[in-house]
Amino acid sequence: MAAESHPGYGMRSHRSTLLRRLLRYVLLVATALVVAFPIYITVVNALLTPQQIAARPPTLFPLHPHWGAFASAFSTGHLGIFLRNSLIVTVTITLAELVTSALAGYAFAFVRFPFRRTVFFLCIATLMIPMEVTLVPNRETIVALGWFNSFPALIVPFLASGFGTFLFRQAFLGMPGDLRDAAALDGYGHWRFMTRVVLPMNRPVIGAFAVFAFLSAWNQYLWPLVVTETNGVRTVQIGLRQLQALSIDQTNIIFAGTVLAALPIFVILVVFQKQLVRGLTAGALKG
Amino acid sequence: MSDTRRRRRLGEAALGYVFVLPALAVFGVFVFYPLVKTFVLGFYRTPPFPNLPSHFVGLSQYGSVLTSPAFLDSLWRTVLFVLFTVPLGIALGVALALLAHQRLAGIRIFRTIFSSTVATSVAVASVIFYTLLNPEVGLLSYWLGGRGGAGILQSPTLALPAVSVVTIWQNLGFVFILMSAALQSIPDDLMDAARVDGSSMWYRFWHVTLPLLSPTVFFAVVVGTIGSFQAFGQIDLLTQGGPNNHTDVLIYSLYQQAFVFNNTGVAAVMSVLLFAILLLLTAVQFRFFERRVFYGR
Repeated sequence: MAAESHPGYGMRSHRSTLLRRLLRYVLLVATALVVAFPIYITVVNALLTPQQIAARPPTLFPLHPHWGAFASAFSTGHLGIFLRNSLIVTVTITLAELVTSALAGYAFAFVRFPFRRTVFFLCIATLMIPMEVTLVPNRETIVALGWFNSFPALIVPFLASGFGTFLFRQAFLGMPGDLRDAAALDGYGHWRFMTRVVLPMNRPVIGAFAVFAFLSAWNQYLWPLVVTETNGVRTVQIGLRQLQALSIDQTNIIFAGTVLAALPIFVILVVFQKQLVRGLTAGALKG
Repeated sequence: MSDTRRRRRLGEAALGYVFVLPALAVFGVFVFYPLVKTFVLGFYRTPPFPNLPSHFVGLSQYGSVLTSPAFLDSLWRTVLFVLFTVPLGIALGVALALLAHQRLAGIRIFRTIFSSTVATSVAVASVIFYTLLNPEVGLLSYWLGGRGGAGILQSPTLALPAVSVVTIWQNLGFVFILMSAALQSIPDDLMDAARVDGSSMWYRFWHVTLPLLSPTVFFAVVVGTIGSFQAFGQIDLLTQGGPNNHTDVLIYSLYQQAFVFNNTGVAAVMSVLLFAILLLLTAVQFRFFERRVFYGR
């Protein structure tokens, strides 16, 4: 995929080009304003007092920002605990999914074992069975295991990923075929071949999946809602649900809370933009 | 076969199973076992009081749920929700991607803005709009006109469209990223050739760009439809299925049956039906679209 390819523009008369360009910018700015407005106003409102938020005409620029709402989001809204819980759950799930998917993906690509095709088919089949379908018995399992309202309930069901396994297998199979033979000639066993050749060579797809896994785990809503009941283990998405119930003279705290809940993902969007794009588009584009 | 060779092959097989075991164990316990159990639970009618034994009723519970107006209504609302969110969401995503696919100074800033909603989760987006649509202090309800805008989420006719708009907005960043990546993978010379032919922008879009985008559009339709069928968070946060069940989509009523009314049997039947619908949808969409989709190169 070409990194930066844009349609070129032929030479037209100078003035019409200038006008067109201006028109394009007007359209871009207008669209950007509409798309970004909810996020912008959220940040603005987090910096206003509840009275300012309710005042009409509305304040669109926080000339004298109040930072107190963020402190209140931590004290009144317990955002600190929620963020910590989300971080524990998300990081554990992401790392575990990377390991289990890499191992399984490698086995499906390079290790010969009986019923390999059948086992692989089972892994793919999990992609067709969404969490919602198995929600009721899964919650019963969690309760039976004594894990209700605990971190294992939030983590263990997501220690493996059918999507990750499939993605890694495809990527591993896409490597040059004689690589395994060459490595075998050098006396590399499976473990060394995997850790020294396959995984380093596939860093891009691994990075992409890591970002994807992090995003999915961080944003989970239904499952954490039904297997937790106290703040000690609840994740930030469920924390927002409690925050939303605050009274209307605390709307600034609600807005500050949503900013804090979205911030980690925002940072990832900025820092790992390339991996994020790859992770989100994996499966949609070939090549 | 020599002994060492057999032993090596056995070792290889063992290694293979050791590598797939962690994934397989998780899938076994949390995907396949509960899938089977869901089917089984659907055969048992949950008693009205928790301490009574549940009755085996065979397929009759499937029949009664399938014909119940409550289920059919929530199915219909889910279909409406999909029709509201998927086509418009994808059209907007394509439009934004085309808009940002230009050689202009500062275009990167616009691309970042257009993809920015991927940073918002369903919960973040819902809480933002819930507060902005608050009839008393919400800015959007103020702008949408004092009385008319107030209580959009409490209006039987406007609640589902409002939830759909929030969903479209929350997904916009993802669709934009998807379509931008697809646009960038279209070879320049193809567009140039079309331009040299003197064809209009409109013609180029329908006859060159869109056919080349179609695999990605297809992917977005499948993923979007499945996603909208699974919508839960925005309903839970924005309307709780209300007003008067007007936003009570499939997953939300499943959730209520399972965890509010504790009717495991009915919830299990609904899960099975949801599973069937999603399987069918994926199959139909593949069949129908694959013929029209242009897989070039």
